[in-house]
Amino acid sequence: MSTHADPKADAGSPLREDAPVDGARFDPDPQSAPLLEVVDLVRHYTLPRERLFGPSPVVKALNGVSFSIRPGRSLGIVGESGSGKSTIARLVMALDTPSSGSIRLLGRDLQRLPRDELRAARRDLQMVFQDPYGSLDPRRTVARIVAEPLEALAETSRAEQRERAAEALDAVGLRANDLSKYPHEFSGGQRQRIAIARALITRPKLIVADEPVSALDVSVQAQVLNLMQDLQQQFGISYLLISHDLAVVNHLCDEVCVLHRGLVVERGAPQQLFAHAEHPYTRTLLAAVPRAEPVA
Amino acid sequence: MSAVPAAVPSAVAFKVPGFWRRAMHHPSFAIGAVLTLLLLAAALLSYVWTPWSPYEMDLPSKLQGPSAAHWLGTDSFGRDVASLLLVGARASILVGVIAVGIGLTVGTALGLLAAARRGWVEEAIMRLSDFTMAFPAILSAIMLTAVFGAGIVNAIIAIGIYNIPTFARITRASANAVWSREYVAAARACGKGSLAITMQHVLPNISAVLIVQTTIRFAIAILAEAALSYLGLGTQPPQPSWGRMLAEAQTLMFQAPLLAVFPGLAIALAVLGLNLLGDGLRDLLDPRLARAR
Amino acid sequence: MTMPQHSAMPLLEVDDLHVRLQTQRGPAEAVRGIGFTLERGETMGIVGESGCGKSITVQSLMGLLPSSAKVSGRIRFDGAELVGMAESELCRLRGNRIGMIFQEPMTALNPLHTIVRQIGEPLRLHRGMSAGQARKEVLALLERVGIPDPASRLDAYPHQFSGGQRQRIGIAMALACGPDLLIADEPTTALDVTIQKQILELIRGLVAERGMALILISHDLGVIAQNVSKMLVMYGGSVVEGGPTAAVFAERAHPYTQGLFGARPAIGAPRGLRLATIPGSVPELVDLPPGCPFAGRCRYTVDACRATRPPAVRLPHGHEVRCIRLDEIAAQEGAVPA
Repeated sequence: MSTHADPKADAGSPLREDAPVDGARFDPDPQSAPLLEVVDLVRHYTLPRERLFGPSPVVKALNGVSFSIRPGRSLGIVGESGSGKSTIARLVMALDTPSSGSIRLLGRDLQRLPRDELRAARRDLQMVFQDPYGSLDPRRTVARIVAEPLEALAETSRAEQRERAAEALDAVGLRANDLSKYPHEFSGGQRQRIAIARALITRPKLIVADEPVSALDVSVQAQVLNLMQDLQQQFGISYLLISHDLAVVNHLCDEVCVLHRGLVVERGAPQQLFAHAEHPYTRTLLAAVPRAEPVA
Repeated sequence: MSAVPAAVPSAVAFKVPGFWRRAMHHPSFAIGAVLTLLLLAAALLSYVWTPWSPYEMDLPSKLQGPSAAHWLGTDSFGRDVASLLLVGARASILVGVIAVGIGLTVGTALGLLAAARRGWVEEAIMRLSDFTMAFPAILSAIMLTAVFGAGIVNAIIAIGIYNIPTFARITRASANAVWSREYVAAARACGKGSLAITMQHVLPNISAVLIVQTTIRFAIAILAEAALSYLGLGTQPPQPSWGRMLAEAQTLMFQAPLLAVFPGLAIALAVLGLNLLGDGLRDLLDPRLARAR
Repeated sequence: MTMPQHSAMPLLEVDDLHVRLQTQRGPAEAVRGIGFTLERGETMGIVGESGCGKSITVQSLMGLLPSSAKVSGRIRFDGAELVGMAESELCRLRGNRIGMIFQEPMTALNPLHTIVRQIGEPLRLHRGMSAGQARKEVLALLERVGIPDPASRLDAYPHQFSGGQRQRIGIAMALACGPDLLIADEPTTALDVTIQKQILELIRGLVAERGMALILISHDLGVIAQNVSKMLVMYGGSVVEGGPTAAVFAERAHPYTQGLFGARPAIGAPRGLRLATIPGSVPELVDLPPGCPFAGRCRYTVDACRATRPPAVRLPHGHEVRCIRLDEIAAQEGAVPA
């Protein structure tokens, strides 16, 4: 079992809560072309004006975040609410535009692509959402839900879409006759598998998973995590995994970034990072996780 | 962490087995459906058969009470009341269908546009709706008919125009709720455009709301048509209309009170039926009450 | 504060509790004959996944189930029988002798009432305090639960507080009348882990200080380990294993308990490890077999498992397990995995 550093022990540490550790500075690996490269991502939101005269309040969700993912490797972003992690997911998926900074997928800046090229680029970039009950359209059959990314690309016939949907369902452990059912006929874990099947159908290189197992029971979570791990090994998929759960990130990711108030305060391989955390925030986070060792 | 089996969303309530069985046992829905079907049947029947011709005047037989020959009696011109009611149903339904149809198509389209575009488009549409709704429907109808002349067409236009902002608002509100759902975010993440999302995701998921609203507005349209005809602004003679029958019966209240009762009853039952149908549908399609498993 | 008095009678005694609910597919037993005792000042945890009946159990203690639910069995709280108790009597207990903290701080508070009004409600209802007296008491409570600068926040509304603060307010409400029993149903699931630590510390402190008994429900084994001295593991409406927390964590006698422990990913574990999973998924309440609810998913299942409910097997230290295959399991597993 790893040891967790006592946050009180470094009361005299020169590191401030909001200052990242040295190792958190981003050094791109010059050797292999990255799959995803995010440089100095900033996102500020202006809220509606509260007073007639005076400036509108600004929410600084992200204040300069950089990371990269090499093909076949997975990165985890760990943080609490308000850290900006969901904002990163939306920005990487080009569902939102950054205030500044760049996001490159396979070398191409997603923000500068014309609309149809962006749509084509999404073939390599898919997403799994947190809520298994909300991320599937209740009005559509599983077949149409899973095939939606292919529908959007508009390159395949309906028959071929259905075939690929059956393949995707098989890859996640569901059956072909589930294709004509509706989401409400499935449990939470099964729905999350359907969501993963939808993300797989275009055979993407990168899947952004925003809290994919947070809404699931522990035993169901284990099944889905094993599935995600199998898919990693089988298809060489990279994950950008966003989670508040350090153990989940530990399980699936080669590298972890700890996000606090819109900045990466520490990064590294999970096993090393969680054993020898340097930044006070990382230590606070680790110390807060209740250990499964009875005290009473 | 909740594992309460998710309620069947209203969007697929029709597909849950046993829906129609439950519907038949729901008092509001059942009674409402029967009354509404009666209304439709009356109108359709009038094209094929009426006891007498509603235009045939038979002055010697005027102002008679119900008898074997004239089941509901005759009016001041000797016309058969029952036939007048049957043919009058046509006008009510015609106005209802077209006026609500205008509201449904144009209003829904505007509401969907507002929800998809947001920003100044949404603001403009909503303010226009507010402006239109600021004029009471009857007043607008009177103004329109005063300028363009009385008649059923102008009555339909007036009522229809008033339906547009109603549907626009309801559509926009429901559509906004759907746009914030995660499955829409998932569709956007696939690269789907706003139009595709609106047609494939938003519209199907707000259909239950629109269905219920349509039945309610239908009832209001029937009332509005009756009111306009009563004022002499809607359906013009010799075309029968329930509202005008009421107007004509007004002066004869003491001589032949039944002349006012029958059309009044017809209007009341039609409106009641549609309202009950709408209430029943709202209950049946409400996801909280339509749980699967 | 006074130390808990250990009288001869336990504070809470639940015996053979059954709860039958109406589902779309007919009536189903959501709680199937569970029993436990709780002394004054004792802390107990209930761990289990969705649908195991843990929330229904505590709701039946408070009489908060829908009217279509049928409760049978015995629930004795300080000598009084709660099953079948009149609503007016139950109202006297709720918020007064039994306090409850809910999972969602966002929805457990009325957004239209000030917090002084909401926290003061049990005080005015059960203690007959006037508005002024209640206000003073609420101020003291807010200070105790750690709301900064409470005097200026008394007339604030719930939406003006953060999630963690709202849960503190919920705790203040539950404690206002000094209950003997505090029930916390997943009190920190919706909160960040750092806030969770603070809230759990607060609850622990208050429980020790006021000598309250605590029933803590959680799906998180770490939370259970750190906060309660004894625990129940529930599955399919039954308690499959129960006893002192240390004993259950060490022994993990029941296959479901083993599955639950094995399924958690661990911080610091090496990459490439496959999590042990429990095959299949939790069946619907109406589909549960009459015998052991885990039959079928358990790899030690035999026909006898499905037939009748396994009797409780007593292990050392007050540890109990409901399983008829313990010997075979021990033979196959060998040493208990760490």
